[in-house]
Amino acid sequence: MSQAKSISAKQKVQVLNWILDHAMILIILLLGVYVTIRRPTFVGVPNLLNLLKLTAARLPMALGVAGCIVLAGTDLSGGRMVGFAGFISAVILSQVSGFFSPILAILAVAAVGACVGLINGFCMGKFKLHPFIVTLATQLMIYGLYLTVSNSKQIAVSSFANQPMFYISNQPVPWYVLLAVIITSIMWVVWNKTTFGKNMFAVGSNEEAARVSGVNVLMTIVCVFILAGALYGYTGFVEACRIGNSGPTLGLSYENDAISAVVIGGVSFVGGTGKISGVILGVFMMQMIMTAMTFLGISGGVAYIIKGAVILVACILDMRKYMTKK
Amino acid sequence: MVQDNVLLRMEGICKSFPGVKALDNVQLTLRRGTVHALMGENGAGKSTLMKCLFGIYHKDDGHIYLEGNEVNFKNSREALDNGVAMVHQELNQALKRNVMDNIWLGRYPKIPGTPLVSEKQMYADTMKVFNDLKIDVDPKTVMSTMPVSKRQMVEIAKAVSFNSKVIVLDEPTSSLTEEEVDHLFRIINMLRDRGCGIIYISHKMDEILRISDEVTIMRDGQYIATRPSKELTKEEIIRLMVGREMTNQFPPKLHCGADENIMTVEHLTAAYSLLNDVSFSLKKGEILGVAGLDGSGRTELLENIFGAATRKGGTITVHGKTVKNSTPKEAIRNGFALVTEERRATGIFSILDIRENTVISSLKSYLSGFLLQNKKMEQATASMIDAMRIKTPSQKTKIQSLSGGNQQKVIFGRWILTQPDILLLDEPTRGIDVGAKYEIYQLIQNLSKEGKSVVMVSSEMPELLGVCDRILVMSGGRLAGEVDADHTSQEEIMTLAAKYV
Repeated sequence: MSQAKSISAKQKVQVLNWILDHAMILIILLLGVYVTIRRPTFVGVPNLLNLLKLTAARLPMALGVAGCIVLAGTDLSGGRMVGFAGFISAVILSQVSGFFSPILAILAVAAVGACVGLINGFCMGKFKLHPFIVTLATQLMIYGLYLTVSNSKQIAVSSFANQPMFYISNQPVPWYVLLAVIITSIMWVVWNKTTFGKNMFAVGSNEEAARVSGVNVLMTIVCVFILAGALYGYTGFVEACRIGNSGPTLGLSYENDAISAVVIGGVSFVGGTGKISGVILGVFMMQMIMTAMTFLGISGGVAYIIKGAVILVACILDMRKYMTKK
Repeated sequence: MVQDNVLLRMEGICKSFPGVKALDNVQLTLRRGTVHALMGENGAGKSTLMKCLFGIYHKDDGHIYLEGNEVNFKNSREALDNGVAMVHQELNQALKRNVMDNIWLGRYPKIPGTPLVSEKQMYADTMKVFNDLKIDVDPKTVMSTMPVSKRQMVEIAKAVSFNSKVIVLDEPTSSLTEEEVDHLFRIINMLRDRGCGIIYISHKMDEILRISDEVTIMRDGQYIATRPSKELTKEEIIRLMVGREMTNQFPPKLHCGADENIMTVEHLTAAYSLLNDVSFSLKKGEILGVAGLDGSGRTELLENIFGAATRKGGTITVHGKTVKNSTPKEAIRNGFALVTEERRATGIFSILDIRENTVISSLKSYLSGFLLQNKKMEQATASMIDAMRIKTPSQKTKIQSLSGGNQQKVIFGRWILTQPDILLLDEPTRGIDVGAKYEIYQLIQNLSKEGKSVVMVSSEMPELLGVCDRILVMSGGRLAGEVDADHTSQEEIMTLAAKYV
């Protein structure tokens, strides 16, 4: 009798744990169902495609910052880097014409981003500075550089960049969706199948263990930040093209969105854990929440409250894994 | 032709730190196919010597020869590549990664012709090493999900996987059970038969006499002697380590236990650990030992009494009154004190100074209004430095620069200042050298003389027999029995400890 009772109690705990472990997916599904009931067009092709586009635009940046968080660090320089890269892209696209112009722009912003990442990673790895303070400083410098060079001007970007690449049920799909898929695939391989990726996780999990095993810790940190910087640069290019112009506010607080998305996706600030699939899910979730707010007609203020609450809950759920009960 | 047998020779090694000569002309000769124990009190220079071997410290003088060729490793990786590996006492592992990721970290096998890591190869190579050493661990297990003993086996397997000729084991058995020690010794014997040389650092004399072929003893940064283990006895080793006769390892017992019961524990059961239905009583001024194997619930017993772990059931009565002790704070108010097992992790605040470490649990007594009075804290600390005979340059010295024994005395002082009636001590002499142990024992005896009751958990049976009045034996989370410390034997305790395993 009592045994049957204890088994059912055990099952209860198991069910509860399962729900908590999969809480993010469940919330996405519930939110989707709820909004769909209230506003059926939410699941229409135009909106889903819009969600896909927004996710594709923000995903590369999130993948970059995710690497920094796996290292048990963070990177605040992303947002301003996006703004600066948007400006560089706009200048190149307006000055250089022809087929190679966008390719040149992408290479240029990736290179600039990589340089910033190099500085970030080097200061962290060499001088043992906390990434928070390093990137806090560098993002100021990037913004200052941008204001100085651009004279705070707005530059329009020709609409070519929004040209559809192919169509899904007669709806246009822009090129950056395809590029996001390619970049994400490459990042998956880098994270899971290369020495660099495995070293990144090892350094994030236990830097000293990595060092005594012969891992070049400084190089690993620098490379993670270079990769992140290049991805911010690319995101700046995409955003400038998508929005159609570049101005001083471009990229503002993008780093917060990216970090939030990554954390919601289960990449822990504890370091050493995280999955590409989680990052994708996190970015999608963030965009979906914002879109759902618009659909439900919820005002900006309330939307921020909800966004903040989601981040908090996600972190609490995440910490469950590292807490041992005594 | 004896020379040919020498695998590693270190000679004339000197190393100075500002103000201290840590190593003074130290030598060590490791022969092929032998286990060489390295012994000495804490601070004798064993780990400094090893750090010089691995290039973590740069030696000031001396030479290191590996198979006759002079070597100067710049870092542990270079040492590994040359077949010299070390298994650290404090395991350095990426806990969130799996077993094989840890073993091949820094040298992942690649899929030929690509930059990609070959998981298949890694798995096969890991299984090969594990089968070889008869280690039963799935290479894909995440490190953090395994007990320390398994993680230690993985670390040893890692050292072996480098085809190491020289393997240094630093206190490898400190967290192993009897059975696991046997397994480790089988592995060590296997490596010895293959011609490896093993440097074995340990405080445990019985183990050293059992496993090693030769023993080198160091004291105060100097080389004292190298002897074949067969010619050594425990007493002789202690004499060489301490530099004086240690006929009495323990101060005389005072037997201060009164008839009056101060605490009664009934049916104590933990919510999240194996502790199950433990009942016992404690007399005023009594020193009560708790024996048992690792994992038998000894630490859990103390934590549950102290409110550091969640209780499922049971009552604690102090002075005839039931106390809840649902949090450590409440327990302290009820006159309890807990000296935790892991001094470095949960005992000291390493970057704070002696004074801050001493007064932290009794801050309320130094208040005047809202502010802490520095003078009162200074006086309290001074009185404890005096009473505990803490050797420190000043109250402002950071606790991390003291020896383990002195750190432990500071922690004792911290708890005495809370004026407890009942002291719960978890492995109070772990990682403390022989001389300082004696002082800790004396301290415990004095506390009992003052009428304080002590519950003391220890893995070292001679220590329990030599210090306690009465000993409880735990097994599998339950109380297996109770013995009178003066009329029992290690055999009796061991039999009880195995009762519910």
